[in-house]
Amino acid sequence: MKIQGLKKAYHREVVVDDVSFEIPEGKVLSLIGPNGAGKSTVMNIISRLLPLDDGKILFQGKELHQWKRQELAKKLAILTQSNHIAMKLSVWDLVAFGRFPYSGNHLTVEDTKMIQQAIDYMELGDLAHKFIDELSGGQRQRAYIAMVIAQDTDYVLLDEPTNNLDIYHATNMMKMVRRLCDELNKTVVLVLHDINYAAFYSDYICAFVDGKIAKFGTVEEVMNKKTLSDIYHVEFEIMNVANKPLSVYY
Amino acid sequence: MTSLLLLVSCISVSIGVLDVNLSAMASGNLDQIEILLVSRLPRLLAVLCTGAGMSVAGLIMQQLCRNKFVSPTTSATISSAQLGLLLAILVFPQATLKEKTFFAFTMSIAGTYVFVLFMQRLKCKDIIMVPLVGIMFGNALGGITSFLAYKYNLMQAMNSFLVGDFSLVLKGNYEIVFLILPLLVIAFSFANHFNIVGLGEDFAKNLGVPYTVVLFGGLSIAALITASVVVTIGTIPYLGLVVPNLITILKGDKLKNSLIDTALFGALFVLICDIVGRLVIFPYEIPVNLIVGVIGSVVFLGIIFWKLSSHVPSVHTRSAQTTTKGGCGCDQ
Repeated sequence: MKIQGLKKAYHREVVVDDVSFEIPEGKVLSLIGPNGAGKSTVMNIISRLLPLDDGKILFQGKELHQWKRQELAKKLAILTQSNHIAMKLSVWDLVAFGRFPYSGNHLTVEDTKMIQQAIDYMELGDLAHKFIDELSGGQRQRAYIAMVIAQDTDYVLLDEPTNNLDIYHATNMMKMVRRLCDELNKTVVLVLHDINYAAFYSDYICAFVDGKIAKFGTVEEVMNKKTLSDIYHVEFEIMNVANKPLSVYY
Repeated sequence: MTSLLLLVSCISVSIGVLDVNLSAMASGNLDQIEILLVSRLPRLLAVLCTGAGMSVAGLIMQQLCRNKFVSPTTSATISSAQLGLLLAILVFPQATLKEKTFFAFTMSIAGTYVFVLFMQRLKCKDIIMVPLVGIMFGNALGGITSFLAYKYNLMQAMNSFLVGDFSLVLKGNYEIVFLILPLLVIAFSFANHFNIVGLGEDFAKNLGVPYTVVLFGGLSIAALITASVVVTIGTIPYLGLVVPNLITILKGDKLKNSLIDTALFGALFVLICDIVGRLVIFPYEIPVNLIVGVIGSVVFLGIIFWKLSSHVPSVHTRSAQTTTKGGCGCDQ
């Protein structure tokens, strides 16, 4: 996916200003930056949840808005943060909605197989017939990821997937993100607040400041004292843990 | 449930001032067959369509608006249909059923759209705010209807659609309710669409479902069903609120699983209420909306207590508490 000259403004206040970058295929890319830097807005635009004011998004050789809804839903999936659904819907039914772009109202044998695989992959077998409003935060997040797996898209976009999760569940979520990329060959784009998760589990990082890209590069290129201090305006130390550059800030 | 419905249907057909029985009909008694075809059967069919229709309309609205307390009664759909009917009588004093239906359809859809668009603009979407605003909006429309009726001396005409009553159903004047049947079929074939839209706009977009189209399409179906009932039978409150809530407690929110049950149970519920209404002061009748109102409010209270005592954490208890407030709001 190629993003060229992206612009977005709310009531004349520019939140995304001339943003251009290319999402590397089959890799994990994390979007980071301070609050209000525009990373979530960029995420919502490239996932077609928000219209853009100016610029161009090329997705698999075609402009994003020229894609048919249904076709795009087979190629690109987005999970937003607004997942607190108080609905008596079973995990199986939720995951089955992932097949909706393919089969609409009638699930085929193939669909059923994909749904079961997705549920097994996320180790939700025991919970399959529980209602999602009976699950814990971590279990629910896993159910949503299972739905995205059933949706079987090339691109998976996750808006702050570790939000509201404790350390255990958040870390498992990030490991899952890695598996989506390594085992299922998906291109994953994340919005993250925790830069160490970004550093440890992604291949590339794109840092935003004031609606512009401050730095785009591999983890090693972005994770250094000067760049991070410039972005967040606090002191950073970089340490090497398990061959990854992790940061301490104070 | 289906067999129970059939049984009660047979009982319903056999109740009335004039005796109708199978053996007489089998022996070729034409009078009896005529009673059956002109009065009893139309009444039964009207009851079944009304019960199934209003319940499913409520179910769809609750799903689309993501709020268990939205229904044709609490979102101004019924009031708009009533206003439409009165306008039809005002504009065409000799209004035919077709004209009345057209006006009621248009107004009920318009009223529901206005309500939902208004709710979408509203920043604070408290679970109880939405139906309360709906009830207020509905009462405002009801006020306009009453005012016009007083002013142009149409109170009597108005009463015919304020009260839900099956006793006037005869062959030739009720067939509009059959419009409910194709609407139910459409609703069933889009059940998953409604579910997905009920999960939120982002969720729908992710799965390639056109959110706004499905939202307003579904609301239109619910509004048309409601208007069909208001035009032919009159107003039956609570139905679209109580029946879907009961069924979703048992069956969950997956529409494909709950839609048929909601329709069947709604039909059964109204049928039983209708029979009770016909038997209490036999050979006279109590209008069905009274019976539904009495039984409906008791069941509604039951749902509230059930939800309060259910030990499902946070979300449920919270919605249950707001439910209690909602009950008070409705009573005022």
